[in-house]
Amino acid sequence: MSTNNSYTAIMDRKAEIMRSSVGIDYDKYITGPLSFDYEAMLTDTGYDLETTRKIQDLTAVGNTPLVELRNLTELARAVSGPGKGARIFVKDEAANPSGSFKDRRASLSAHEAKKKGYKGITAATSGNYGAAVASQAAKAGLGCIIIQEAFDSKGIAQPEIAEKTRACEAYGAEVVRLSVGPELFYQFLIVLMETGFFNASLYTPYSILGIETLGHELAFQVKEKEGRFPDVVVATHAGGGNVTGTARGLIKAQATETRMVAASVDLAGLHMASDYAFNRKSFTTGHTGFSIPFSTWPDRADVPRNAARSLRYMDRFVTVTQGEVFYITQALAEIEGMERGPAGNISLAAAFALAREMEEDKIIVVQETEYTGAGKHPLGQLNLAKQMGIKVLRGDPKENKPGEAIVIPLHPSQIEAVDVDLDRIRRSYLRNAINSLPDGKTPTNEDIEFLAADTRSTREYVEEVIHGLKGKN
Amino acid sequence: MTEQATKETWVEIQNIVLEKGERAPQVPEDTRAVPLEMKVKGFLVHDAIVGQKAQIITAAGRKIEGTLVEINPSYTHMYGPPIPELSPIGGEVRAILRERGKAQ
Repeated sequence: MSTNNSYTAIMDRKAEIMRSSVGIDYDKYITGPLSFDYEAMLTDTGYDLETTRKIQDLTAVGNTPLVELRNLTELARAVSGPGKGARIFVKDEAANPSGSFKDRRASLSAHEAKKKGYKGITAATSGNYGAAVASQAAKAGLGCIIIQEAFDSKGIAQPEIAEKTRACEAYGAEVVRLSVGPELFYQFLIVLMETGFFNASLYTPYSILGIETLGHELAFQVKEKEGRFPDVVVATHAGGGNVTGTARGLIKAQATETRMVAASVDLAGLHMASDYAFNRKSFTTGHTGFSIPFSTWPDRADVPRNAARSLRYMDRFVTVTQGEVFYITQALAEIEGMERGPAGNISLAAAFALAREMEEDKIIVVQETEYTGAGKHPLGQLNLAKQMGIKVLRGDPKENKPGEAIVIPLHPSQIEAVDVDLDRIRRSYLRNAINSLPDGKTPTNEDIEFLAADTRSTREYVEEVIHGLKGKN
Repeated sequence: MTEQATKETWVEIQNIVLEKGERAPQVPEDTRAVPLEMKVKGFLVHDAIVGQKAQIITAAGRKIEGTLVEINPSYTHMYGPPIPELSPIGGEVRAILRERGKAQ
């Protein structure tokens, strides 16, 4: 081949490849060195809530049941103070065609790709999203390529990703499996360039608008049953799409009093690009390895402007431990009769802890479940963990140490949601924003407004933090 | 013994995408010490021998060349044995619920 496919040559062509593969002129929305018109970028796609719902209806995406977890609520009350223990509900998103809420994210991308005449769609994802894209592509008659980070240098596949490989192949997709490393993005660019397929990125407006129906649906399901909107919604937080889309759906339902809580499993201490750590995480998504960097700088995504901007929408951000999630996954199966995948239960573990702080008459909704199966299951993950030399034991979850020890709680009273300091996250975001300024540029008036909206703070707060940063330089 | 696969058999091929020295600068040391490998499955375009070069057509219709590593590759991920640290949880939480039922 005459074309130069070296790492630098391909990375240099990134902007051009991205533009033709997403079909969005991101430059159009720029309003300042840092700011852009976020709402216009979303609105211009033409997919309002009603249109999205109709498109999702065509492929049986959405309209999933809302289930009250009465036994888990009782369990939470058994370990709560008098009058405490909110009612816990779960949106059973495993009922979607490919088994997770990710079908919502993939649906508009597949629709858009088909409409614009692309021959296929591709996505760089090792998780449920791959299966969702493959499923939607199958229904739309589009070609599909999923690119995964799938195995370490010893050839050991992460069991959850192996299950996803199987699922994508079952839906007729080509799966490109790579060993560990962020250069997956380089391979992704090559595939986009060679095939001319549509980039079904997790971070385009299509992906986020597709989730709005989830927040909207659950708000009205609760209202229909209980005559009011939920008090709290908990969403598993990784790249920020789940939190952003769900919160936007709640706002569109006018459930403006509902508090949005983001929850991640704590993987502190494990390097996300490390070959050694790859099979020692026991979680492939919903963890702090994604949620912290994406909260503090969403535009690290595979598109020029990320439509998932979680800091705009979260009221609270908490973490739970690996062991707590496995515990609650087991409890969900044994007292609620719902066997679901552990990654989807991160928000459930957090909700269980949060319910204990809330009054009995309050309502907390866990906004997703995911399907389960071989590999994508506590047994598959914990057997691999043991094989990798990680200790698995019962004890105090505070002793849980990612990559070294997974501590399964001895008692449900030990399950805790640990707060992430949002002020620290906001400051870190603003530092990243200032560092991204081109040389010699200073933030404009529009930039300050944008940064205040993006961090859900005020002009004064942004100006004060930026002033403080200058002092340090 | 050489393992041979005939044209149109479902197989997996492997390639080195980036050699050790070609890895991205931001990659941590342990990852930089190994190459970036790629595995893809598809139907063989021609008869081929395991361990030698082969061309496949993927499910998306792409033609890719690489080293033939496996014929009709298995899915080997599994549940494995029950985890003793998880097995008692059901009984424990049911006992808590029973106690609460009695107390109410």
